[in-house]
Amino acid sequence: MFEYAPAPESRSVVEIRSSYGLFINGEFVDPGDGGTFKSINPASEEVLAEIAEAGPADVDRAVRAARAAYEQVWGPMPGRDRAKYLYRIARIIQERSRELAVLESLDNGKPIKESRDVDLPLVAAHFFYYAGWADKLPYAGFGADPRPLGVAAQVIPWNFPLLMLAWKIAPALAAGNTVVLKPAETTPLTALLFAEICQQADLPPGVVNIVTGAGDTGRALVEHDGVDKVAFTGSTEVGRAIARSVAGTRKKLTLELGGKAANIVFDDAPVDQAVEGIVNGIFFNQGHVCCAGSRLLIQESVYEPVLESLKRRMARLRVGDPLDKNTDIGAINSAAQLDRIRELSDIGSAEGAERWSPECTLPERGFWFAPTIFTGVTQAHRIAREEIFGPVLSVLTFRTPAEAVEKANNTPYGLSAGIWTEKGSRILWMADRLRAGVVWANTFNKFDPTSPFGGYKESGYGREGGRHGLEAYLNV
Amino acid sequence: MSERVAVRKTYKLFIGGKFPRSESGRSYLVEQSNVALASRKDARDAVVAARAAVKGWSGATAYNRGQILYRIAEMLEGRRGQFVALGVPADEVDAAIDRWVWYAGWSDKLAQVYGGANPVAGPYFNLSAPEPTGVVAVVAPADSALLGLVSVIAPAIVSGNTVVVLAAEERPLAAITLAEVLATSDLPGGVVNLLTGRAAETAPWLASHADVNALDLTGVTDPALAKSLEEAAAGTLKRVLRPPAGPVDWTADPGTGRMTALLETKTVWHPKGV
Amino acid sequence: MTATTTSDRSDLSELGRSEATLRAFLHGLPGVDQVGAEQRAAQLGTRSIKTTAKAWAIDLAIRMVDLTTLEGADTPGKVRALSAKALRPDPADPSCPHVGAVCVYPSMVPYAAEVLRGSKVHLASVATAFPSGQAPLAVKTADTRAAVAAGADEIDMVINRGAFLSGRYKAVYDEIVEVKAACGDAHLKVILETGELATYDNVRRASWLAMLAGGDFIKTSTGKVPVAATPPVTLVMLEAVRDFRTATGRQVGVKPAGGIRTTKDAIKYLVMVNETVGADWLDPDWFRFGASTLLNDLLMQRTKLKTGTYSGPDYFTLD
Repeated sequence: MFEYAPAPESRSVVEIRSSYGLFINGEFVDPGDGGTFKSINPASEEVLAEIAEAGPADVDRAVRAARAAYEQVWGPMPGRDRAKYLYRIARIIQERSRELAVLESLDNGKPIKESRDVDLPLVAAHFFYYAGWADKLPYAGFGADPRPLGVAAQVIPWNFPLLMLAWKIAPALAAGNTVVLKPAETTPLTALLFAEICQQADLPPGVVNIVTGAGDTGRALVEHDGVDKVAFTGSTEVGRAIARSVAGTRKKLTLELGGKAANIVFDDAPVDQAVEGIVNGIFFNQGHVCCAGSRLLIQESVYEPVLESLKRRMARLRVGDPLDKNTDIGAINSAAQLDRIRELSDIGSAEGAERWSPECTLPERGFWFAPTIFTGVTQAHRIAREEIFGPVLSVLTFRTPAEAVEKANNTPYGLSAGIWTEKGSRILWMADRLRAGVVWANTFNKFDPTSPFGGYKESGYGREGGRHGLEAYLNV
Repeated sequence: MSERVAVRKTYKLFIGGKFPRSESGRSYLVEQSNVALASRKDARDAVVAARAAVKGWSGATAYNRGQILYRIAEMLEGRRGQFVALGVPADEVDAAIDRWVWYAGWSDKLAQVYGGANPVAGPYFNLSAPEPTGVVAVVAPADSALLGLVSVIAPAIVSGNTVVVLAAEERPLAAITLAEVLATSDLPGGVVNLLTGRAAETAPWLASHADVNALDLTGVTDPALAKSLEEAAAGTLKRVLRPPAGPVDWTADPGTGRMTALLETKTVWHPKGV
Repeated sequence: MTATTTSDRSDLSELGRSEATLRAFLHGLPGVDQVGAEQRAAQLGTRSIKTTAKAWAIDLAIRMVDLTTLEGADTPGKVRALSAKALRPDPADPSCPHVGAVCVYPSMVPYAAEVLRGSKVHLASVATAFPSGQAPLAVKTADTRAAVAAGADEIDMVINRGAFLSGRYKAVYDEIVEVKAACGDAHLKVILETGELATYDNVRRASWLAMLAGGDFIKTSTGKVPVAATPPVTLVMLEAVRDFRTATGRQVGVKPAGGIRTTKDAIKYLVMVNETVGADWLDPDWFRFGASTLLNDLLMQRTKLKTGTYSGPDYFTLD
């Protein structure tokens, strides 16, 4: 047997302070009316740092700082100079990418190979892409002189902490807005390191403000009268509440919410690549992916061989230490999320679906869940309808293309979908009919700063990425 | 010779290409005419009709949709006098006709202007294209009974959406007459459904309706109602076009904002290989 | 190494009967998406193999080397030296394993056989008008028989790429069957020359064709065309032998050849074997590297692991 020896990435590349304040007006400050909370490593439950929790007065301070920076510095600044700051940030991110990747894996639990090879390259690319827009806004198709909105309140999730920060901050700043961003309470550390990068880049104070905290902090931020724009990525449930809370205001809102994507495999699919796509679709980032291909639809004529291939492939997945360079599946981000995954999986079993996981030894400490598939699932099962946000795949079958489309669309969500077939005309026929913002054909979970991302229906509205992503931050 | 006794028109609802009375049996008086007073069940029926029309209308070619919108302009031109007789200023009728013509031309250009290839950093074909969001509920503006109405319907349907429109409560006659134009313009039944009555009564049902994808509040003048409708729309995360911040000049260049607000962007990836 | 037994095993022996059945079968195999296959191969290349795992992999890789010389300038002296090196790759370290085989032209087989006789190092000979394969079938089979008679126990044949690319699958099939018969007890490695097959779909079809016709090994390349073994090509071939065993119960070996020069490269291939077909193929009987310069790099890395200091080329034999 070929046993891979441990290959841990060094932790020493990153220095974590014992405590962090709020980043307001270019400085780290103590919270005025908030408390503190701890951020832990989900792979070990070790406390990484103590984090300031912003109260309403702190949020107010941050919004005022952003407003002042918008009116006095960033708004009036020529686009070419905003561009240079963003390019500078992109470069610093590239230079410090190993440090950021290690910190991301420590705080989030995702495997280092993903934070290193996926998250960080995309983060830098995103800043690089939007930097180039800053002095070209009149050419973006939103009129001759599109104006920024003002202060953007941005609330981001824990699944791709730094990447979601990049998706929010880069277009906002390129368009001339200033921001107050709240990272998720379980993954604040890379956002705080990003704050240091803003300092290193000499970004004018107040252009980027980071307020840490949980739901209350986020609510205070999005409900603050001084913000002109709210951008949220997270659960559909919270998205609904935010949409309600901005009702009757002039705040522009974009939401990137949940999903329950169908990944559809036809009998003429390139099977080996399809199996990789299925695995990547649901086990990438422990399944903590809003666009995860969490419903596998296999054409009945190839159900058994595809399922066998999938199981064989799953048996090769390496679950464990996120910092080991050979780990494929890391830790579940939090105890709460682990509970949710367990609960829905238990419901899957109780509702009669057949559960299977490859043999794997999970570490004793920390939050872990083995890669799991459920077969015998129908559209009526809760595990086929609700977003599990974990490494759990529901397997269904279909007979005809029309049935596949019908099942794929039979959900309130509409974020993404996958199609696997070697027949080009069928791909385009399917793509036309799938009600999803991103359709991956013969691939899955691909992202690029130039490519718009966002959902139909209850998966949210607005697009992030590409030229489309600018619209969310312009007065159009 | 006695003067000829005129045949009066019954102003009914327009649902699924037909002109039913309100299922509630109610009507209200506008300028000596009894106009159907739509109920929540009429709104429900209108949504069913609009949903049924989505597949065919959004699946029609853009060329075909453009032709039909142009046909509406032709039909409206022919009935110009009817609207003038209803009190719509002649130049407003002209502007409404021209607006149909303007939007007709957008049908096969939207995807070119708002979609396109994305140069991703990898061996992939990547294309973004706009698509209709689905069923749109519209509260039509009251300040411009015909031009305002056309200006909210046309941008919604040109891309393939279908609509349920609540005509302005006090000025429904031009709206129903427009429905008669639509009914004779090769527009498939259910693409435009028009309800007369009280927005305050029916709009909340549309705002909370789970089979409605978007809500255009242009005609809502009461801020409290607008807020509560937007809150209701949040239940299923409908796209919401808020009421305008101030008075709207309906004769001005409409821009593309009304069309794009009711579009989804779909991005398709495919590897490039041999 | 024992093949798994499955109850619903297919009988594919009839497929070679006609052009139509062969074509229908080969074109019915699942397609290979180029981008996806290349990405998977690249991902496997990011595995980090350290310390004990690396030491284990290096020794296995040495045992898998088909130490090769296929030059017009080959002489008995050169071949004898190479064969001696195959037996004792690192004369300074008796714990260093011998390589899998020596691979030479048919005319050089007798000289290698002198040195290797009685050892466990196999003797492979290229045959069938290597590398072009452009010779009458009678010449190819004679070439094969001569090599076996001279002492080769493994034959590396080339397929007729011209016939394959023009869709004459039966011609390719029949030729492999004939050569296999000429091999007698010698193992037959079928060189697909993947660099000339242009697509991964073709690589998969050629792999199945070679296996259906009775090949014991499928091999990527002659080393004589610009593109030799690559990780994705090898991945597609590994998937083919895996699926072939599932379908028929017969296990076939894989040999990437050409362009594999470093320990790092070799370990990437071993990772690919491990994660694609598993431990059954992690054995010189089922996986080989066709290489020449690779061996010295493996030896240098092996020494580095043992001594903790980097070695240099002067400390290893040139042959």
